[in-house]
Amino acid sequence: MTLYDIIFYLFAAVTLISAFFVVTTRNVIHAAFCLLLTFFGVAGVYVLLGADFLAIVQIIVYVGGILILILFGVMLTNRITSVQIKTGTLQIFPAIIGVGALAGVLVSLLTHNEWKTIQPSAPAATSTIFNLGSVLMNEYILIFELLGILLLLALIGAASIARK
Amino acid sequence: MMHIGLNHFLVLSAALFSLGVFGIVTRKNAVMVLMGLELVLNSANINFVAFAKYGNLGNQGQLIALFVVVLAAAEAAIALAIVLNIYKTFNSINVDEVDSLKE
Repeated sequence: MTLYDIIFYLFAAVTLISAFFVVTTRNVIHAAFCLLLTFFGVAGVYVLLGADFLAIVQIIVYVGGILILILFGVMLTNRITSVQIKTGTLQIFPAIIGVGALAGVLVSLLTHNEWKTIQPSAPAATSTIFNLGSVLMNEYILIFELLGILLLLALIGAASIARK
Repeated sequence: MMHIGLNHFLVLSAALFSLGVFGIVTRKNAVMVLMGLELVLNSANINFVAFAKYGNLGNQGQLIALFVVVLAAAEAAIALAIVLNIYKTFNSINVDEVDSLKE
């Protein structure tokens, strides 16, 4: 068992255990902080897969942006001082059966399929940023611009919806 | 002991996806449903990055994952704005109590 394997199992355990707490705990604030651990675990998996830039983006955007937005959502929509920040659940047992079946089908499909993989080359000593940037600015330039416009429209729309 | 390969990452993302779907279908609080949605998007991203490493498409899988992150940010902003409006209208964000489009 190499060091790579140990680190993979460590990050996978962090991701899955904290994700499990996210979907099972009854306290919304606890769920938000477990989501933080999940995002860090996924960022570690990205690093193991050789995607260093994506791992940093994951931490900056998810932890620094989306999680803060979610926490604001929790605090603006629950009266923290008067009512306990709890949430109920619906239809637990049908959901466990359905999601368990879904997970079984997915895992068996994904692992029994013969993927045409290549032997991954040894991770380069340099960062992936140069390659990503050149592809983004050449083949994907239209998508890049459209995403910028989409993000601008979404944020303007969110602001105008929220302060109505 | 099996060496870590593509299958390990695919199983991890399938498990994360299932947990996210479980959160989406069982939670009452709309913000918790959003958290489940983020788990689902993250599991899709793990798949993209894993296939970028083990397939022969180069870095493009990572680029698509980057686009997904941008879309997730836009989605979270819009969804939370809608949740705030629902809270103002119904004084609750339990998705089983919100049953009309206007007051």
